Amino acid sequence: MAEELNFSMKWQQPICELQLGAGSQEGGSRSVVLRAGGETGLPFLFKEGSMPHKPLIAAEVTDAPEEDLPETLRQDLKGLLEDPVLWSKKMLEVGADLICLKLSGIHPDGRARSVDESLTLVKGLLSAVGCPLIILGCGHSQKDNEVLPAVSEAARGEKILFGDALQENYKTLTAACIADGHSVIAESPIDVNIAKQLNILISDLGMPLDRIAINPTIGALGYGLEYAYSIMERARNAALSGDKMLAMPFVCFVGQETWRTKESKVPQKDCPTWGDARQRGILWEVVTAMAMLQAGADILTLRHPESIRMVKSEIAELMKRGA
Amino acid sequence: MRKDGNFIRDLARRQVNAGADALDINCGPLSKDPVKDMVWLVETIQAEVSAVLCLDSTKRAVIEAGLDVCRGKAIINSSSADEDKLAGYLELAKTRNASLIALTMDRNGVPQNKEKRLELAAQILDSASRADFPLTELYLDPVLMPINVAQQQLYDILQVINDFRLLSAPAVQTVLGLSNISQGAKSRHIINRTFLVMAQALGLSAAILDPLDKELMQALVTGELILNKTIYCDSYIDAYLKSKR
Repeated sequence: MAEELNFSMKWQQPICELQLGAGSQEGGSRSVVLRAGGETGLPFLFKEGSMPHKPLIAAEVTDAPEEDLPETLRQDLKGLLEDPVLWSKKMLEVGADLICLKLSGIHPDGRARSVDESLTLVKGLLSAVGCPLIILGCGHSQKDNEVLPAVSEAARGEKILFGDALQENYKTLTAACIADGHSVIAESPIDVNIAKQLNILISDLGMPLDRIAINPTIGALGYGLEYAYSIMERARNAALSGDKMLAMPFVCFVGQETWRTKESKVPQKDCPTWGDARQRGILWEVVTAMAMLQAGADILTLRHPESIRMVKSEIAELMKRGA
Repeated sequence: MRKDGNFIRDLARRQVNAGADALDINCGPLSKDPVKDMVWLVETIQAEVSAVLCLDSTKRAVIEAGLDVCRGKAIINSSSADEDKLAGYLELAKTRNASLIALTMDRNGVPQNKEKRLELAAQILDSASRADFPLTELYLDPVLMPINVAQQQLYDILQVINDFRLLSAPAVQTVLGLSNISQGAKSRHIINRTFLVMAQALGLSAAILDPLDKELMQALVTGELILNKTIYCDSYIDAYLKSKR
């Protein structure tokens, strides 16, 4: 009898399981608790391994929307952009699993919101929604190090996923997250070596490995998506083969990357052959998200309500194969 | 002979912390009652660490005694390629769910060339296949010779490490008793270290070595990087050790 060719892989170790949000028994106040990661094989290859948790969709919400937001997106989020709490509720209705709140408004060069204003916002959001939260700083190291630890302390026990810790600025945020029981996003610039190094540095401070998520930094379709894909693939292969320092769930910031591309911004009148601008923007976000799912994304952040609907339904479809 | 449990436990702990995946247990040539000593060693060590135990003896009774008390995974070290002996060990390993190291030497002694080593390897694989023994549990040991005894054979040994892998699908694993190479030589550490990374490049799967030799371990971990088996980062040596704990 001919020998059957068998190309399926046997992997050594699963991806860490990251808990998002905590209920009242655990010292939090969330009515919904989610888990990301835990895969024992590559994404959606259910013959090789399992995906105990479906990839999650976090809706991108901010306290200070970008000035140059594409017109179509601005239209579709009308009435929400100045009210992060209402905005969050709406996105949950559409189907988002959790909210990713970016505190852009604290940036000293922008609205320069204070620690107290951010605390009020986060507390308000925590009481208005029952889902877990991801909370991001504004990218200004000094201001983030002032605001995020305060938010972390005020939300102690809620198991929020805070971001981003960077190689050159990880200690303050990581220490706060360790102290208050939260988790942290480790950001590396499309560089698997730095991703691994940063995870080691963060774990050396005392952070358990199952409370770290990797932000590999992605590019949108046409803007380096394939580089991000390769890095994620390489990291995930190493993780499943036994590298504990890369065995964390990935969080991919899809919305923020796609909605700043030319293809999402240019109106149809400027480029008639490109077709309807609204549809084009949504599809750019959806296609980028789908590629990231195949690369191993565990949490996707998305902006457009229609993208959230479409990607959610595609995830459900993909997960059916493993049921 | 005095049995110092603390010494053994401490050594086992330090070796595991230094990155050892398995511990090779040998009673040594001076043991008056190797069966009893093997049992004592296995029990003492497994009370301290949970590593795989490699039961090292030329006497079958000693191996069996070790298997009787071993709670975790065991590797039998070793059988020769002699058909009668090997068949018995394959059966033993199979029933005890243990891995087996088979030496490419027989009652005629250690082969003096590459061809004879390959011939014995093929014989071993054939026996394993007939015994329905899983290849993933089998290790071939090409029998490393001291550099001051059989210098002309070392390159042959390196080559067969690669060639053994071509004899079966999936590729059979290989193992070496590393310190043999520097037996009786003066600069033992550098000889061990150099041979190890050369063998590693040719696909060696495992080695019995001194994990407390820090430079040896660092060379091994760095070799994994160069072979693209692990991902580089600035703290890769620490990361390797951490991931072993």
